Amino acid sequence: MYGKKVKLRFLFLSLILVSVILSVFLILQSLKENVVYFQSPSEIQKINEISKKKIRVGGMVKENSIIMDSDKINFIITDFKSEINVIYYGAVPNLFEEGKGVVAEGFLKDKNYFSATKILAKHDENYMPPEVKEAIGDK
Amino acid sequence: MLASQIGYYSLILGLLMSFLITPICIKNFYNNKIIDIKIFSFSFLQFFLVFLSFFALIISFVISDFSNETVFNNSHSSKPLFYKIAGTWGNHEGSLLLWLLVLTFFIFLFIIKSNDQPKKYRILTILFQQIIIVGFFLFILSTSNPFGYLFPTPKEGLGLNPILQDPALAIHPPILYLGYVGSSIIFSASLAGIVQNYISKKWAKHIKIWILISWIFLTLGIMLGSIWAYYELGWGGFWFWDPVENVSLMPWLCLTALLHSILVLEKKSSLTSWTVILSIATFTFSMCGTFLVRSGILNSVHTFANDPSRGIFILIFLSILILISLVVFFLFHKEKKNEISKIYFLSKETSILINNWFVMYFLSVVLIGTVYPIFLEVISNEKISVGPPFYNKLIMPFLIFFLIFMSIGPKLHWIKTRFKKIKIQFFLLFIFSSFISFLIIKNMSFKNLINSFLISAAFYLFFITLKDFFSKEFSNLSQKISHFGFSLLILSILLNSLFSSELTTNLKVGEKISFKKGIISFESIENKKYKNYKSIVGYFRIEDNEKRLTILKPELRIYNQPYTITSEANIKTTLYSDKFLVMNLVKGNEYFNIRYQVKPFMIWVWISTLIIVLGGIHSLFKKNHEK
Repeated sequence: MYGKKVKLRFLFLSLILVSVILSVFLILQSLKENVVYFQSPSEIQKINEISKKKIRVGGMVKENSIIMDSDKINFIITDFKSEINVIYYGAVPNLFEEGKGVVAEGFLKDKNYFSATKILAKHDENYMPPEVKEAIGDK
Repeated sequence: MLASQIGYYSLILGLLMSFLITPICIKNFYNNKIIDIKIFSFSFLQFFLVFLSFFALIISFVISDFSNETVFNNSHSSKPLFYKIAGTWGNHEGSLLLWLLVLTFFIFLFIIKSNDQPKKYRILTILFQQIIIVGFFLFILSTSNPFGYLFPTPKEGLGLNPILQDPALAIHPPILYLGYVGSSIIFSASLAGIVQNYISKKWAKHIKIWILISWIFLTLGIMLGSIWAYYELGWGGFWFWDPVENVSLMPWLCLTALLHSILVLEKKSSLTSWTVILSIATFTFSMCGTFLVRSGILNSVHTFANDPSRGIFILIFLSILILISLVVFFLFHKEKKNEISKIYFLSKETSILINNWFVMYFLSVVLIGTVYPIFLEVISNEKISVGPPFYNKLIMPFLIFFLIFMSIGPKLHWIKTRFKKIKIQFFLLFIFSSFISFLIIKNMSFKNLINSFLISAAFYLFFITLKDFFSKEFSNLSQKISHFGFSLLILSILLNSLFSSELTTNLKVGEKISFKKGIISFESIENKKYKNYKSIVGYFRIEDNEKRLTILKPELRIYNQPYTITSEANIKTTLYSDKFLVMNLVKGNEYFNIRYQVKPFMIWVWISTLIIVLGGIHSLFKKNHEK
């Protein structure tokens, strides 16, 4: 027979193992539900089905496209190949400007119409999200 | 010009010191009984040279010497003096030099403060620490030289990113670095401890001070960054689960686990392997954070310039360190057989183990949430992000149990506790806190099971620690202060997020808007001109339903160099709530974009963090008195 100490150790180790497996499973499971995909306007044109999941759209704010009124902001995100209309009720961050990069988070209504719930902040004037850089490509 | 030269050459001389210290250490390790005095002097000299180099960089910034590349890229002659100085570490090169400065300072401090420790252990710690120091010297000199020379000398610099021109951010890097670098001492010391088979009660007592110091500074550094994000980024939140925040949270979680497990080692000399693993992991996470932030993989205000060679250097350096620690751990580490004492289920040790289990779980949630998107992009080129819902969902349910264990755990005794000793009081308090949270939830007609449980659990911890203060049970006071602070932190974060209200709208000057809590009127704007920016101040009158008036004056700053608009939120803080208003201007529109928020108990988030830190400081000083 094994001693008490060995038994205890065994119990301890199996507890750790089980809890590790459980937590990894839990984490991966909710990861699946909670990721937000990033897409460029061109990629959106290619999709077949409009999903109800939250996504991010990135590109440039098209020149002369921002229209503001008392409760919402409309603008167009372009990657110079395709564009998409965005409607946004909410606060814009610093450096939200025509001709500058932008990343908006929200829901697709159809292929040309995006309802944003959040516009992400940027930290300096030269900064461009790498996704945007890639989406725009070499123009 | 001259300052840059002095800075550069003293940096090289500083590196040479390492090559002097190392052979002396090795000779001394096998030779004499006492530690060689030369090690003291050379370590001090190394610290002094790095200090000189850092000081030279500050001088270059102060006199706006634009022949220095770093100064040119990050400064401007019209900047106020305070931000010229703070700009020294507000960039990649300068901040690394600061990191090196703290490294050399801490090892010097370690040498003079560890007189009561065995000689061989001290020398080995110095040697391991020198590996890290040499690594950083090479990193700075080869990829991030802060003293690059520009010819012809530009007339004007490019300026510091305006959102970094802020008092909280001026002290955020130095404080945070003290925490990060402190963990390097713990790393070296535990490696040296393994080699010398010296992971013991005595070691635990001595290294605990370093753990406390790093933990205090890391907590403060994270808090400062968070305060800055709250008022400068204009979201009105203070934690976004952004990867950049997460990489600082990971070493913090590790360090917190270590702070608890070291107690078991100190009292019972068990959990040796686990403590050592945590010590190594803490520093590895600090380095991983540096790698992710500085290599340009994560984009943030910390990414100054993307340079792949820097990322590769850190990655190689990191792998070498991990390899060394693995080799040391598996070659030298011996579990002391006789010291595995009996484990009882109802004891302080088990409760600390449970604490460690929870902290490790939180750590893996944060780790996977941060790293998974990066891996996915490398593997499948799909770009994803993981947002707050992921973290909330995975952390909140477990936090309930964590808080309950946090209330009961410290009440248990070492080795063994009998059930009888757990008093009926605990159950009464539990019912009481459930009742209070029931009242809160009911009043606000809020329906969420997890939240109500979480509030009950936080109140439970709150009352249990509070009870101890009133009944003057002052044994182990530092733990009580920190746990009390933690319960307050969770409570204020929860109440804050549950009861915050927000209004976003677009207004022209002179317009007013009524909403369910009152009327906001945009009275006027005023233009002002400052040294390096123009400012537009808006005057807002907010009248709530009880006719109470609040005047808020948010500001827009238009910096000239580099041209950037920043918005400065205006916040009226009271003990009950923060009123937060930020405005933004969209070019070519006469509408101003307004965000108004009422955030209850906001200030308590910061106060409770300070209370947590206070617990650490108390513990630190208590230790010093005992000597």
